[in-house]
Amino acid sequence: MAIALVLVLVVVGSVLFHFLSPWWWTPIASNWDYIDNTIIITFWITGVVFAAVVLFMAYCVFRFRHREGNQAAYEPENKRLEWWLTIVTAIGVTAMLVPGLFVWNQFVSVPSDATVVEVVGQQWQWSFRLPGKDGKLGTSDTRNVSPENPLGVNASDANGQDDVVIEAADLHLPVGKPVKMLLRSIDVLHDFYVPEFRAKMDMIPGSVTYFWFTPTKTGTFQVLCAELCGQGHPLMNGVVMVDTPEDYLAWLGEQQTFAQLSAPQQVGSAE
Amino acid sequence: MVDVTPADAVPPAEVAEMELYHPHSWWTKYVFSQDAKVIAIQYSATATAIGLVALVLSWLMRLQLGFPGTFDFISPEAYYQFITMHGMIMVIYLLTALFLGGFGNYLIPLMVGARDMVFPYVNMLSYWIYLLAVLVLASSFFAPGGPTGAGWTLYPPQAIMTGTPGGQDWGIILMLVSLILFIIGFTMGGLNYVVTVLQARTRGMTLMRLPLTVWGIFTATVMALLAFPALFVACVMMLFDRALGTSFFMPAIVQMGEQLQHGGGSPILFQHLFWFFGHPEVYIVALPAFGIVSDLISTHARKNIFGYRMMVWAIVGIGALSFVVWAHHMYVSGMHPYFGFFFATTTLIIAVPTAIKVYNWVLTLWRGDIHLTVPMLFALAFIVTFVNGGLTGLFLGNVVVDVPLSDTMFVVAHFHMVMGVAPILVIFGAIYHWYPKVTGRMLNEAMGQFHFWVTFLGAYLIFFPMHYIGLMGVPRRYHELTNTTVMTESAHDLNAFISIMAFLVGFAQIVFLFNLIWSIRHGREAGGNPWRATTLEWQTPETPPAHGNFGKELPIVYRWAYDYSVPGAKEDFIPQNMPGSFGTSREPA
Repeated sequence: MAIALVLVLVVVGSVLFHFLSPWWWTPIASNWDYIDNTIIITFWITGVVFAAVVLFMAYCVFRFRHREGNQAAYEPENKRLEWWLTIVTAIGVTAMLVPGLFVWNQFVSVPSDATVVEVVGQQWQWSFRLPGKDGKLGTSDTRNVSPENPLGVNASDANGQDDVVIEAADLHLPVGKPVKMLLRSIDVLHDFYVPEFRAKMDMIPGSVTYFWFTPTKTGTFQVLCAELCGQGHPLMNGVVMVDTPEDYLAWLGEQQTFAQLSAPQQVGSAE
Repeated sequence: MVDVTPADAVPPAEVAEMELYHPHSWWTKYVFSQDAKVIAIQYSATATAIGLVALVLSWLMRLQLGFPGTFDFISPEAYYQFITMHGMIMVIYLLTALFLGGFGNYLIPLMVGARDMVFPYVNMLSYWIYLLAVLVLASSFFAPGGPTGAGWTLYPPQAIMTGTPGGQDWGIILMLVSLILFIIGFTMGGLNYVVTVLQARTRGMTLMRLPLTVWGIFTATVMALLAFPALFVACVMMLFDRALGTSFFMPAIVQMGEQLQHGGGSPILFQHLFWFFGHPEVYIVALPAFGIVSDLISTHARKNIFGYRMMVWAIVGIGALSFVVWAHHMYVSGMHPYFGFFFATTTLIIAVPTAIKVYNWVLTLWRGDIHLTVPMLFALAFIVTFVNGGLTGLFLGNVVVDVPLSDTMFVVAHFHMVMGVAPILVIFGAIYHWYPKVTGRMLNEAMGQFHFWVTFLGAYLIFFPMHYIGLMGVPRRYHELTNTTVMTESAHDLNAFISIMAFLVGFAQIVFLFNLIWSIRHGREAGGNPWRATTLEWQTPETPPAHGNFGKELPIVYRWAYDYSVPGAKEDFIPQNMPGSFGTSREPA
């Protein structure tokens, strides 16, 4: 008997917790509110199913608990009921899957006007590279990595000379412009994750992965590594600042290109 | 209702006593035994022992997460070693071993009406190799550098590199060797379970008369025999990469400023192999639980399982589908994004047969005669936690919803609810249910009630709120969350609450272990069939069943396993081996 009451309390408690607790997602700062909407749809459908199943159980336990002289019904099958339940379930599942796939299609279709930003992960820091005036990133290879060339940019590729290199410092992005994040790692798996942007993707040494988003709010956001990458994993934080276009250009003007960074040593020592 | 009449060609059911058949010494009876029931107990005891290690590791993790900075001995290295060993022990060495090696060995021969497994000697070897695998695994705690801290998924390249605990020491090597041994041992047992179900069923025991427990364990074993080889080759290849310097999974890498000799390998290939095993593994654990809980519900609600044939096909369908969903663990792994469309669709399709199982369990309760015994309570709690965990699977399986939630505490909460808490609740229910058959005595009811309430409510309070920490964006596998801005002050308090619940639930398990030992001597005498159940294991001439299970003559099966409360029958159950026709039984066939 207590179990019937507890089952009801589990449902009521879970629903109240969902609506009243202070623990909810961070305010979104990208275009991926489609993802948030899909989560809301999923919460509603699954929440209704959970409550219905558990409350039905609670009713059965209360109504059909053993008492002297009771006898259970004998009903091995009920084809009609079983088919109905199957069809209703399939409809519910489709109602979640279809919007999900629709949004996924957007997620994997990078708009043609997206600017490119390369993120390079290594134990345990983030570096970035932006294409220079030519709008193209030079090629790169882990084999080129050295203390002078920490991102492994191909020095003989003309496209790479004007690339802006940001080693272990903050990334700035202009608000409202779609950006394609090209993700690369020179050592182990990492994952570039900013909770407010809702998007994330693993970085795999030897491959270039990507995702895209449009920052919609200016501000400072924390980058987290979301793929266990060794004992420094929780310390692998970074910062993305989403700027107004003016602030962004001002910041960009202060950054150094690959050519400047790899220029002969005396330039640096003369200063 | 068809009565089965033995045909002339069938040999007599009576089996002549063979001199070589029975054990002759204490050693061959209790230690190097070839009796599946003894092997089952050996498997279960070993799994429980290593499971206790995993329980202690979970306490240590929760100490760190609930009270960060308080316990200096939990360094990042130690923390990652704890999570890795906890995960691997729970999934492989406890759940898989207990369901298949423990329950499979005990129940398959008894439930299908066989004297033993078909290859008893290989069955014995299976256990001893499993024990060796457990010892190798445990030895890594004492090896230089300690056990591996690569996470239970053991992803390369980090798993064999210096930034990961045990990566360049003994830890990862011992882990891989232990897994290889486990798979060899499991294969020996698994072939036994499959062949026994297919070949050693007693007369009248058609496949569609098997109890769902046997269907669950049988299907899970077939899946394991197909899935474990993928893990086996992945382990061998990674062992080569680590020990011989090959590059199966290793691309060009700069490690702390130094160019490594590796090149050309693919880290993501390992992930595909791992999850080709890893996803079926979820169902290797879940299907036996599905089967067992069906029988618990039916027996204790005194009602036939609703939709038996649909239940069988759902088990088989889930088993087959689970081989084409593996990459839903890899939506954000960097694999080609178009895979997402395929794997999200297959993953959500699996929800349909799974939902059918849930409906049929609750419809079995409908118009039943529900006895709220301890096994029944655990079965009800299983439905709650399994429905909860299964539904959050619809978040993570739906590719785009997985993107923000992947690698967060939401995932941790989901898989603990669905493949941690839910199957373990079934294990508890099953132990309370079959303990009287194994020992001849009932487990203590008061301790059982205490164990149930603390475990069920405590586990729900641990894992339900944890989803919301993940929804906030808090990543999993963080030793330290104090630097993470999405982690609010109140969420830290919630973490502390979850930790306290974890200690309480752990304490209840100690009460349970005490009950297991105490009741061997002090439990109430059970008799042969205390639950008045229909299946063959309750019809043995002796309790506990002797070697050979059924005395001189094997039982003949006349009906399905679910003739409870047949209208017109004198009792509310008709054992499977009861000849004759009673009331208006309508066996689905």
